[in-house]
Amino acid sequence: MRYAETGYNLEIDLTRGNIERVASDPKDTELYLGGLGTNAKILWERVPAEADAFDPENLLIFATGLLCGTPATGCNRTIVSTFSPQTKLMAFSMMGGFLAPELKYAGYDKVIFRGKSPELVYLWIHNDKVELRDASHLKGMGANETRRKIRQELNEPRAQVAAIGMAGENRVFYASIEQGRSSASRGGIGAVMGDKGLKAIAVRGTNDINVAKPEKYFELCQEVLDYIKWRDDHPIPGQIPILSVLGSPQEMAIHDEKWHTENFMWGNARERRKGFWNEDIAKEWEETLESGRTRLISCYNCPLKCGATVNMKGLPTYMMKCFSKLTYTMAAYANLEFGLTIAQRATEYGVDGYSTPQVMAFALELLEAGILTKDDFPGMPEDTQGRFYWLLDRIVRREGIGDILADGTYWASKKIGKGAEEYAHNNIKKHEQLPLKLSMLNPVYFLMYCTGEKINITQIEGQFPQAAYPKREHREKFVKDWFQVPDDRFKQYFLDWEPRGDNANPYYPTPEMACDIVDWQERMHYIDDALGMCAGVSSFHLKPPYHIHNYPSFISAGAGIEMDEEKLSLAAKRYRTLVRAINIRRGMRRKDEAPPADHWKKRFPDLEKKLLDTYYEFKGWNQDGIPTEKSLRELGLDYVAEDFVQRGILTGGQEP
Amino acid sequence: MTADKKTKIIKTIKVDVDKCNGCRACEVICSAFHATPKYSSVNPARSRIRVIREPFTDIYVPVYAGEYTPAECAGRDKYIINGKEYDECAFCRASCSSRDIFKEPDSGLPLKCDMCESDPPLEEPMCVQWCLSDALIYEEREEEVDEEEEPAMDIEISLESLADKYGLEKVAEVVNRMSKKG
Repeated sequence: MRYAETGYNLEIDLTRGNIERVASDPKDTELYLGGLGTNAKILWERVPAEADAFDPENLLIFATGLLCGTPATGCNRTIVSTFSPQTKLMAFSMMGGFLAPELKYAGYDKVIFRGKSPELVYLWIHNDKVELRDASHLKGMGANETRRKIRQELNEPRAQVAAIGMAGENRVFYASIEQGRSSASRGGIGAVMGDKGLKAIAVRGTNDINVAKPEKYFELCQEVLDYIKWRDDHPIPGQIPILSVLGSPQEMAIHDEKWHTENFMWGNARERRKGFWNEDIAKEWEETLESGRTRLISCYNCPLKCGATVNMKGLPTYMMKCFSKLTYTMAAYANLEFGLTIAQRATEYGVDGYSTPQVMAFALELLEAGILTKDDFPGMPEDTQGRFYWLLDRIVRREGIGDILADGTYWASKKIGKGAEEYAHNNIKKHEQLPLKLSMLNPVYFLMYCTGEKINITQIEGQFPQAAYPKREHREKFVKDWFQVPDDRFKQYFLDWEPRGDNANPYYPTPEMACDIVDWQERMHYIDDALGMCAGVSSFHLKPPYHIHNYPSFISAGAGIEMDEEKLSLAAKRYRTLVRAINIRRGMRRKDEAPPADHWKKRFPDLEKKLLDTYYEFKGWNQDGIPTEKSLRELGLDYVAEDFVQRGILTGGQEP
Repeated sequence: MTADKKTKIIKTIKVDVDKCNGCRACEVICSAFHATPKYSSVNPARSRIRVIREPFTDIYVPVYAGEYTPAECAGRDKYIINGKEYDECAFCRASCSSRDIFKEPDSGLPLKCDMCESDPPLEEPMCVQWCLSDALIYEEREEEVDEEEEPAMDIEISLESLADKYGLEKVAEVVNRMSKKG
């Protein structure tokens, strides 16, 4: 008997319309856990390195995490994995909401799509009954509208639906998959879904998910819930509100946006507006949020209210998540009302809330600089807000200039030429980043920006404070109840870290310490992504309820797999290395691993080289970022080693 | 106090729909608590509390499983409160042939909330304990009643529904046959 997981995947061949239920190998669960881990194994084995995102050989995998569907609070993530049309690398965006547990109750751990459907279809999973249904009547329909329509026609109000909007259908490189109050937005996976002719997945499940040791597992879950309750009453002192409490940044609950609006950049990640936040703006924005927001809402089995239903005047209700609250506002130099209003349309179209506003601001900058001209924007309104709507409508339809912009700033700038590349300045690995520009290089963040293969800083940071505390007594107080650290040396790193002087950025934390800190932070994210845990109750946070000390018990008691900290860390390292191997096989190298050139004002080339050298060695990668044969074999990834030798990526039998 | 008057503890769960965040933790823990062995499985379809939930129209109604009813009402009700239109029978607690909630998904046998009766007794039902939004609040009060009625046991409710479906005679026949088999 399989515990926590079902032991079955659905294999859907969209080209032929064939559906199969296939048993998975329990050995893979032991080695790669589930979710992202086993997704990586499947992508390595089944998608040729030469296959483009839009080739039929590309797979689109909707995976549940290993512990989804159990009572573990916040364990509700769907991990979607495929290859990105934008970065050409592995994309693994995740979403919360309600889909993953429902899929487990229907009897499946993953749904694996291959091929392309000749007509637009959607997949309907109701326990053992699985069918591809015609979706031609849903063509061009908004993501939320689609969900409503599908539930209605199936007469299943409890079906969970993940859908793409027009952006996905038209293969916009930053199209999202929308579901519940969440979305899998990064890496353009909605475009892959659209390319496959798949409009939506609807799921309804009424079967049991079992755990191996019921009493023990319940005890662990109760402990976590009690700790969440305790944390709610005990925010971390000295941290800004969004980092002091659990959850995704509580954007829909808080009104004070001084920190974001004065520290993040406006426009095309250009301008920092010190002194922007004043009483009038605070009052206006509070009124906007209070009147637009209907209710604070949560994902499946989670008490944290990170999202909200939002109803702006005369528009259908939509669900807002996290920082999209401000991305449109700040890119357009507008107010909150504009941001919350355009986000409704953007959600129906199904686009990423990070990339999309930046692409539009980029286009307007090119117009201002004369690189693009008025002729490129026929009929565009004069005001910035009107222009954003105009651009959004064209991007998702790939009309005119929209067709070029739909590929994101990197590819658009290549097509446009005439120096447009200078304006695509906020990318890592061709992917738009949060609009942050800072002064002094932070060695830990440098490594995370360079090497994080989720290509999104929030998906690797979290466990370790972002900045040094000025007073030693505050540091001492901070480390006192910091039981989540893997080892006490992490407390020492923090205690000795000063805002100024010898023990300050960029030379402290030292490269060795920085490696250790980055590795810990990344490891916790990778574990979450295999188990299906939301980073908002785990890896994104300081002092979270889930950590390296209780996760092994969760896996043992939940899935019935013998686990300890060492074995778990090794498993996480195994599939993390496999993700890297997948990208290496597709051409990624050291040269691609750099933060946006203007991310920090103060740069230190020698130190940065030393940091990357040290980190690669620490990870068991050679100086080009390629996992060495020795480290691959140690992780049981001999098949990767052999493939690399065969392809000439590594030289067999030699160790650098 | 007369001899045939007794005090009875009335157990109430106060449902504040405005506080519900729609997370369904109540369904998760209810189905786990009532699993055999306890906590061995989760399946919201077996839960004795269900959240009727439609975010786009701001409908959030946690409903508890009440009595089994063999036939649906002659007519159905539909409430509109503060301009929000609730599902047909949204507030009804019955395990009823008109809908699929409050029935065991395999057998179709009815489910009923038992306030997590257990030995030793819990301070509060599990759904209340797991609702950190305070949408579910447990209250107890004492009331004088004429005489205490024996509450119907789970097995009685199940047998009753089987009798409705197959006829009492048929059920008796099967029970008889099973008891002979040992």
